[in-house]
Amino acid sequence: MKKSVFLGALTVAGLAAGAAAAGTLDDVKARGTLNCGVTTGLVGFAAPDANGEWKGFDVSVCRAVAAAVLGDATAVEFVPTTGKTRFTALASGEIDMLARNTTWTFSRDVDLKFTFVGVNYYDGQGFMVPKALGVSSAKELDGATVCVQTGTTTELNLADFFRANNISYDPVPIETNAEGQQQYLAGACDTYTTDASGLAATRATFENPGEHALLPEIISKEPLGPLVRHGDDEWGDVVRWTLNALITAEELGVTSANVNEMASGSTNPEVKRLLGTEGTLGEMLGLDADWAMRAISSQGNYGEIFATTIGEETPIALSRGLNAQWTNGGLIYSPPFR
Amino acid sequence: MTTMTDPPQGSFRLSMLLYDTRYRSMTFQAIALLTLIVAIAYLTNNLLVNLAAQGLNISYGFLADPAGYDIDQRLIEYDNQMSHSRAALVGVLNTLLVAFLACMMATIFGVIAGVLRLSKNWLVSKLMAFYVEIFRNIPVLIWIIIIYTIMTAVLPPPNAFRGDNATSSMLMDMFAFTNRGIYLPAPVWGPGSMVVVAVFIASVFGVFAYRRYAKTLLYSTGQLLPTGWPSLVILLVPTILMYFIMGRPVGLDTPALQGFNFRGGIKVGAPLIALWFALSIYTGAFIAENVRAGIQAVSKGQTEAAGALGLRPGRIMNLVVLPQALRVIIPPLISQYLNITKNSSLAIAVGYMDITGTLGGITLNQTGRAIECVLLLMLFYLTISLSISAIMNVYNNSVKLKER
Repeated sequence: MKKSVFLGALTVAGLAAGAAAAGTLDDVKARGTLNCGVTTGLVGFAAPDANGEWKGFDVSVCRAVAAAVLGDATAVEFVPTTGKTRFTALASGEIDMLARNTTWTFSRDVDLKFTFVGVNYYDGQGFMVPKALGVSSAKELDGATVCVQTGTTTELNLADFFRANNISYDPVPIETNAEGQQQYLAGACDTYTTDASGLAATRATFENPGEHALLPEIISKEPLGPLVRHGDDEWGDVVRWTLNALITAEELGVTSANVNEMASGSTNPEVKRLLGTEGTLGEMLGLDADWAMRAISSQGNYGEIFATTIGEETPIALSRGLNAQWTNGGLIYSPPFR
Repeated sequence: MTTMTDPPQGSFRLSMLLYDTRYRSMTFQAIALLTLIVAIAYLTNNLLVNLAAQGLNISYGFLADPAGYDIDQRLIEYDNQMSHSRAALVGVLNTLLVAFLACMMATIFGVIAGVLRLSKNWLVSKLMAFYVEIFRNIPVLIWIIIIYTIMTAVLPPPNAFRGDNATSSMLMDMFAFTNRGIYLPAPVWGPGSMVVVAVFIASVFGVFAYRRYAKTLLYSTGQLLPTGWPSLVILLVPTILMYFIMGRPVGLDTPALQGFNFRGGIKVGAPLIALWFALSIYTGAFIAENVRAGIQAVSKGQTEAAGALGLRPGRIMNLVVLPQALRVIIPPLISQYLNITKNSSLAIAVGYMDITGTLGGITLNQTGRAIECVLLLMLFYLTISLSISAIMNVYNNSVKLKER
């Protein structure tokens, strides 16, 4: 009995390793669905809505890839992952791509053997405190109890920040954002730290968001973006250029509403190349000519996705800031479609 | 010239491996073993080849790198610049701490509940039956989370202790019950305090020596010495005297509210308490059943004979029934202790940083060395479980029925 379990585990490990080596693009096409890793629930970025349908900023990237590759934005199997399970899930081939506000770091890219295909949100780590605590700067948090998600870069940044400022803290390790929210609201920790966007999203779900403040310090650079496994560049290109298509679409003024008329009526050659009415960009990717058009028409361009999921009109109320197009002074910039 | 004839020997022919019943089963076992070895070798090779193909090499070099994360509940000195192996050690000690505490408390709960369940008092026995059935039939993870959630939700946060109109206050100005944990006064060892400790340890040995003396006196002469109050005197009086002679070297560091938290004293974190308590009451319910089975395995004639000799019910239980019941109780108790140790890995649910939380959690995640970390974890739990098993087996051998 024990032996057979052991053998079974070895076999599974062997098979999974074998499967991961094959071409992901072909796998996804053959399977007919895209397995996309997302958070276990962070409103605005990835969370199921009242109908159980996944919605959010990261979810839209998954859906755009599914639309580009499979022609169906709903053909996505969302796999909720925690900060700890996400990399194993991706490395083992359980998911084809990870869009889970994951920070692009050197060691994740190089040592863990992943390929970050771009940045869809420039973030930084912040602190949220109850206003009643009377703290106006993170440097006043000496001796505070801090809730922090384990297995994240946040945890390491937190240790660095307190060490650099020569102040102490008690960490309360938590597994999911929901758990952190519960601990924070119960007063089991004085402050909750994670990416500023995540804090804003979490605060938006509170009963009294006004009683909580984000401290001005942003203690880290957190470029968040989708990632795929190392060594499958064809698949990496598909995800990378789907993201770039959404960004370029905003830059060129292509929206989900006007994408069809732009495809036929536009005189801008880059719009034509993007939407497949000119050139063979889709073919080079191993897709058909309409790939980008489908992604844009189903999800909208980058700006539209931002506005409907986390933008200022939504409860999360994030401004574009660093995430504005480069033409508007932000950092969002796509290489040209040529 | 003499001819020597060998005695007729059954010559061994190869076909006998198949047709001779003496050898046949060995043949098949050898074939089965060979197949198993080949299969394992193939699968191991497959695993290693695939790992190599994915560029995953097994290396433990990361253990020496700085960990970079902090741990709040720890028994030894640790900060985020120390190595991953140090963090793992903190986790190991935390695992052992909670396993030890939970084993102790589960045994106490279990023995009390098991004995009381056999009580002739209807209410008491039904209450204990209720405890056993409720606690052992709900998964321990649920208990851990329930207790932790109740602790964080019901107990006051530290800032409730603050200000003139504080809604909470410390118990005897020494103990603070908050939703972050319980703060207790910590002893401060001044100069000369070691003498007091040494005297106390000597007193403990003194108590045992006195009790042994009383017992041999009773067996050899029949003279019964009191043991209750003299034990207490031997235990406490010399220590207290020495404490004052040395000029009260042992002080108390009481926790006080400073800044955001209580400072000073000993902090027993909420996760530790939740885990400890949940493991204790859950496993205690199983131990109660073991104890009940052990007691019921002792023949009723023993109780009646002891009663006929004039022993009081309490003494019958302590002197006649429990010693005999132990030999039935101990073996299943070993596996309950192993269960506690292994179940302590559920610590991750409440953020208690045991070995699964440090090495198998944060270190694994920050370094991405999943296979290495999990192998180490398996090795650790295996070592601990086998050690507990070995120690308990020694104890079992000492209490089991001596056949002469």
